[in-house]
Amino acid sequence: MLRQLEGSQAVAETVALCRPEVICAYPISPQTHIVEALSRITRAGRLGSCEYVNVESEFAALSACIGASAAGARTYTATASQGLLYMTEALYNASGLGLPIVMTVANRAIGAPINIWNDHSDSMSQRDCGWIQLYAETNQEAADLHVQAYALAEELSLPVMVCMDGFVLTHAFERVDLPSAEQVDAFLPAFEPRQLLDPDDPVSIGAMVGPEAFTEVRFLAHARHLEALERIPAVADRFERAFGRRSGGLVRGYRTGDADTVVLALGSVLGTLQDVVDELRESGAAVGAATLTTFRPFPSEALRALLGGKRKVVVLERAFSTGAGGIVSADVRAALPDAELRTVVAGLGGRPVTKAALHRALTADDPPPLTFLDLDHHLVARELARARARRRPGPSAGNMLRDLAEGG
Amino acid sequence: MDKPFAITLGAGGSQANKTGAWRTERPVYLDRLPPCNDACPAGENIQRWLALAEEPSYEAAWREIMRDNPFPAITGRVCYRPCESACNRGKLDEAVGINAVERFLGDEAIAHGWMVPATAGPSGKGVLVVGAGPAGLSAAYHLTLLGHAVTVMDSGPAPGGMMRFGIPRYRLPRDVLDAEIQRVLDMGVALELGRTVTDLAGAMRGFDAAFLAVGAHIGRRAFIPAGDSARILDAVSVLRGMEDASAPLLGRRVVVYGGGDTAMDAARTARRLGASDAVVVYRRTRDRMPAHDSEVVEAAEEGVRMKWLSTIAYAGGGTVTIERMRLDESGFPQPTGEFEELAADSVVLALGQEADLSLLAGLAGVESEGGVVKVGPDLMTGCPGVFAGGDMVPAERTVTVAVGHGKKAARHIDAWLRGGSHRPPPRHPMAAFDLLNTWYYSDAPASVRPKLDLARRMSTFEEVQGGLEESTALFEARRCLSCGNCFACDNCYGVCPDNAVIELGPGPRYEIDLDFCKGCGLCVSECPAGAITMVPEIT
Amino acid sequence: MPAPRTKFYQVGSFAVGNRLLPPEQRAVQAAPDRGNALTSGHRACRGCGEALGARYAMDAAIRATGGRIVTVNATGCLEVFSTPYPESAWQVPWLHSLFGNAPAVATGVAAALKAKGRTDVRVVAQGGDGGTVDIGFACLSGMFERGDDVLYICYDNQAYMNTGVQRSGATPPAARTATTPLPGNAFGQGKNVPLIAMAHEIPYVATATVADLRDLEDKVRRAMEVRGARYLHILVPCPLGWAAAARDTIRVARLATESGLFPVFEAERGEVTGVTKIRRRVPVDDYLRSQGRYAHLFGDPPRADVIARIQASADRNIRRFGLVD
Repeated sequence: MLRQLEGSQAVAETVALCRPEVICAYPISPQTHIVEALSRITRAGRLGSCEYVNVESEFAALSACIGASAAGARTYTATASQGLLYMTEALYNASGLGLPIVMTVANRAIGAPINIWNDHSDSMSQRDCGWIQLYAETNQEAADLHVQAYALAEELSLPVMVCMDGFVLTHAFERVDLPSAEQVDAFLPAFEPRQLLDPDDPVSIGAMVGPEAFTEVRFLAHARHLEALERIPAVADRFERAFGRRSGGLVRGYRTGDADTVVLALGSVLGTLQDVVDELRESGAAVGAATLTTFRPFPSEALRALLGGKRKVVVLERAFSTGAGGIVSADVRAALPDAELRTVVAGLGGRPVTKAALHRALTADDPPPLTFLDLDHHLVARELARARARRRPGPSAGNMLRDLAEGG
Repeated sequence: MDKPFAITLGAGGSQANKTGAWRTERPVYLDRLPPCNDACPAGENIQRWLALAEEPSYEAAWREIMRDNPFPAITGRVCYRPCESACNRGKLDEAVGINAVERFLGDEAIAHGWMVPATAGPSGKGVLVVGAGPAGLSAAYHLTLLGHAVTVMDSGPAPGGMMRFGIPRYRLPRDVLDAEIQRVLDMGVALELGRTVTDLAGAMRGFDAAFLAVGAHIGRRAFIPAGDSARILDAVSVLRGMEDASAPLLGRRVVVYGGGDTAMDAARTARRLGASDAVVVYRRTRDRMPAHDSEVVEAAEEGVRMKWLSTIAYAGGGTVTIERMRLDESGFPQPTGEFEELAADSVVLALGQEADLSLLAGLAGVESEGGVVKVGPDLMTGCPGVFAGGDMVPAERTVTVAVGHGKKAARHIDAWLRGGSHRPPPRHPMAAFDLLNTWYYSDAPASVRPKLDLARRMSTFEEVQGGLEESTALFEARRCLSCGNCFACDNCYGVCPDNAVIELGPGPRYEIDLDFCKGCGLCVSECPAGAITMVPEIT
Repeated sequence: MPAPRTKFYQVGSFAVGNRLLPPEQRAVQAAPDRGNALTSGHRACRGCGEALGARYAMDAAIRATGGRIVTVNATGCLEVFSTPYPESAWQVPWLHSLFGNAPAVATGVAAALKAKGRTDVRVVAQGGDGGTVDIGFACLSGMFERGDDVLYICYDNQAYMNTGVQRSGATPPAARTATTPLPGNAFGQGKNVPLIAMAHEIPYVATATVADLRDLEDKVRRAMEVRGARYLHILVPCPLGWAAAARDTIRVARLATESGLFPVFEAERGEVTGVTKIRRRVPVDDYLRSQGRYAHLFGDPPRADVIARIQASADRNIRRFGLVD
C-alpha cells in the first residue's frame, strides 16, 4: 500500500510486519522516531505479545537481543553512531554466537566532536564485527531490506545490520509502498532458531574456545558470510517475485554498461549521484554510478562482474580511516586491482553532498587519490601552519571554529 | 538441535575431563576411636549403643552394652564416668550424659526382664572365680557367654563385694544390685557364698583355670596418737556395717580422716545416721583429693565440712587435734606447727584399703608388690592358668575398672583354655576434638538428672540421683557427636565442589569418585565427625 | 556384623542431610537425584567456593522450578572453568555472552519467554563480583528498575580472580590484591550491592554464603516463588585469590559471617525482613588470619590499628542488622 510517510515510520511499520517478539531500544538521534513508532505499535497491541524493553544503554539493548534471540524470539533493535560503538562488544558476540538479530543503523557521525548528522563512520567502524551490512538507497529500500534482513538472518543464523542514512532517510517523508501483513507472512516464515535455550534440550551457548579450534570457528563464520553472498541475491530475487519490486541484492549499477568511469557509493547519496551521472553523460562523459547494497560480506565477484574492466573507479565514501584513507576503497581495490582508483570522502558529519561539488570532484584534472569533498582548504592550511608554529597539543576544532567565527 | 561447532556444547560433556589427575592427596574414610569408648574401663562401645538408643531401640542398645558390661544399671549409678570426662561434647557445651542413658537402659532391662542368652556350646572347661564382686561376676558372665562352666566362691553372706559392702545404698539401691547379679546367676553361674578360699591350689581341683578377684577389703590403719577413750573406726568397716541389721554407732560429731571416695561415703553415711557434724580431714588441698568431684560436691551439699591441709595429731575422747599443713615445692604436705581442736565423738579412718592376698600363699610363681598381685597384660599371674583382677591388682579401684578386668580376664582365660592367645583388635586412631567440625551440631545443653531434695538426702538412704525420663534419655543419646565415625550426614556429598562423593545409599558410607576428586580436602574439613582423612597420593 | 541402618544423631543438626527433617525440608544437596547443574569435570581450582555456590544455587533453582530454568552467565571464572571447548559442565540450558551484560542478556531471555508465553520457564543469571558489581552494574540496575523476571546471582569472591586477583568494587578494605599491593585495599571504598539492590525496591534481595547451605537453598527457593527482579549475593571464598587453604573454603565463609563482616540477611521491597543471627561470634582476627591476603596485618609489628578498623566495620554490621541478640 502506497503511503506518504517518514522513513522512520516506514521502517517501523515494516519491522512490525516482520512480527518481532522482543524489541529492545535505547534512544539516540537519529534513530528515535523508529523506536518511538515501534513503541506505539507494540503498545497498541498490534504485535500481540511482543515485549518492548526500554533498556538503559545500547550495550544493554543488543545484549537483551542476544538473550532474546538465544531464547528463540525474533528480535529487533536500532541505534546509531555512539550507540553502535557502545554496542561494539556485543556486536561481535551476537555474530560469534550466530544469533539472527536484525538491527537498523540510522547512520550518523561519531564524535568527538559530537555531531548528530549523517555519515557512515559508525557502521563502517563495525565492518569487521561479523554482521551482514546492507545499505539502503531509499526509504522504500530501507523498509524492504528489513523484510529481507530477517529472511537472511534466520536462514543463515547471522545478525544483519540495515544501514540507512540518518535524517536524510530517517526523517525524510516520501512515498513508500508498504507491504501487507499477508505478503510479509508469506515471505517470512516463523523463526526456527538453530540453537535454543531449552530446558528440554539443554545446551551451553557461548563456550570458551581455545587456540585449538578458534581459527576453525572463525573460518566457518567467514564461510557463512560467503554463503550469504549467494543468499542475498537469491532473497532479493524472491522478494522481487513476491512484492513486484527490486530491492537489496549485492551491488547495482547505473549507466555502467559503456562507462569508462564509475562512481561507487553506498546509501542515499546514489540519488544525487545518478543526477550528476545523467548531467555528466549529457556533457559526453562516459560516467556511470554503482551502489554497494551489501558491504559485508564484501561482494568482490559481483563487483568484478559489474565493474571489471572499467578504467576509472571513484569511490565516494561517507567515512574514512584516519591516517589511511578510504575504507570501502580498500576492498574495492582488492576486487578491481586493474582499475585506476580514487577516493572522494564526502558528506562527513552531515555536510550536504551537492551536485555542484560532485561535478567539481568528477571533472577535476589529475585529482589526487584521496580528496575531501568541499574541504575548506584555506582554513585547514592556516590551522596546520599555526599548529606547526605553536607545536602545542590542543583541540584544533576549537581553533577552527574560532577562525570560522572570525570570518576565516 | 544443530549445535554450531565449538561455540555451543552439549550438556555435561565435562565428565570426559577426569580432574582426579590434579590430585596430590586423596580423602579416605576411616573409623576413629571415640574418646568415650577409649576412656571406658569396661571397654563399652558407647558410641554404638548411643546410636542404637537414639533410634530409639533401647533393647538393642542395652544388648550392645551387655557385650561388654553385664551391670549397666549399676555402672549407670556408680561409675565415675571417665567417658563423660573424655567426651568431646564437653569441650563444646557439656558432655553427653552417657551414664544417665546407660542407667536408663539398665533400668529398662530390669523393668522388662531382658536376659542375655548364653548361646555358645559348652566348652567342657570349668573356671573357678574367687570373689563375687564386680570383677568376679563380670568374669563369670563373660566366661559363661564363652561356653565355660563357672563357679564363683565368695566369703561374704551376699554377692556383690564392694558394690554391696562399700557403696552406700543412697548411691546404689540394693534392688538394682540384686537384679543385675541375679541375671548373671540365672545364666547358670554357680555361686558359693561363705566360702573363704585359703588354699587356692586345693580349691582349683576340678577347675581348668581360676580368676581371682577378692578385692581390697582391709582398711589401711595409720598410727594416730590417741587417748584411751578415743573411738577410732575404719571406713570399710563402717560401710560394711551398714549392711548389718544394726547400723554402726558413730555419734553426733564425726571426723573422717582421708580424702578418697570412701571418706566421702563415710562422712555422708554419718550425716544420714544423724551426725550433726561430719568433718573430712585431709592433709592436702582439695584439688589433690583422690575423691571424685561429684562425691565431694554431693558431700558438701549434704553439710559435710572439709578440713584441707590438715592432719590428725591426736585423737582424744570427744576431740581431735589437727595440725595445719602446707605444701612444699614438690606438693608434699609439711607440718606448720599450727594446731586446732575439733569436737569428735568418733574418728573414721578412710586411708585406703589393702587386699588380703593370703590365698596366694604357696602358689608357685605368683608375685605381689605393694600389696597387689603382679599380672601380665593378659591379667595372668605368674602361675599359669591363674588370673587376677579388680582391686587386688594394680589399677584404679572402681566398679567399672573391675567389670573391665572381668571381661578382659574372661577373654584371655578363654584363649588360654583353648590353647591360643587373645589378641584384642588393633586400636583405631583417636577421634580427638580438633578433628571434629562442631559447627554442624546443634546447640543442645545436657539434660540434668533430678536429685533427691536435700532434706531427704540427710535423713534417708534413698537414692540421691534420679534417672532420666525416656524422652530426656533419647535427647541425651542424640547429643552424641559420633566422634570419628561417619553417621551419614551427607556433608561430604554436599560440600564437594566437584561432585566427587558418591552416595552409596543406605549404610553409613560414601565413596570418593577418584576420577573427579581434586583432593581439595573440603570433605575432610567439613566432616562433623572427623571420619575422613587425607592421605598422600602414591606417585 | 552388618552396618547399622543409616541414622542421624544430632537433634536439628546443621549438616547437609538431616534425616530428622521431612523430605521436603531436606537440603537439595542431600538428595541422591539432585540436579548437579554444574557437573563433574569442570576446571575450577581445588576447593572453589564459586563452583560450590553455583551448584548449590542452581540445583535449588532446579528443585524450585521442576527443572524449568535457563541460565545466563557473565564472563569470569565460572564461565571459563565450566565451558572450555569441547566440554561443558552445565546440565541446564546456559548462555554466556559478555562480561558486563549478563543482566541485560537475562532481561532479553525473560522477555522472549514472556513473549512466547513460556511462563513455566524461569531465568537465572549469574556472574562474579566483577561482572556484577563493576562492569555489569548498569545492566544490573536496569534489570532491577524494570523489574524483569530474573533472579540474578552474584558469586562474590571479592576480586577479579579469573585474571589473576585484581581489585574489584567488592574487594574489602586492607585486602591485598595484585592491584592493591601493600598495605592492601583502601578503606572507605567499594560498594554494597545488596543494599543498592534494595534501594531499587525489588521484591527480593538476599545474601548468603557457601557455609550455610540450607539458608542458601531456602533463599533460592523463596526467590523463585516471586516474579520480578530478584538478587542473591553469595559470598564464595576463593582459595587462590584469598590465599586460603583449599580445604578451608567453607570455614572461611563461616568466619566471615560469624565475625559479622558479611551480614546474611534478606529483604523484600527495600526492607530487611530477616537476618541470620551470629551463632558463635568470633573476632575478625579469626577470619583475617585464615587468609594470606591479610597476612600483612599480622606481621611484625601487627597492624592492630587496621584490624581494629575492620573489627569496627564488623561491629557496625552487627548493630545495623541486629546480628547478635
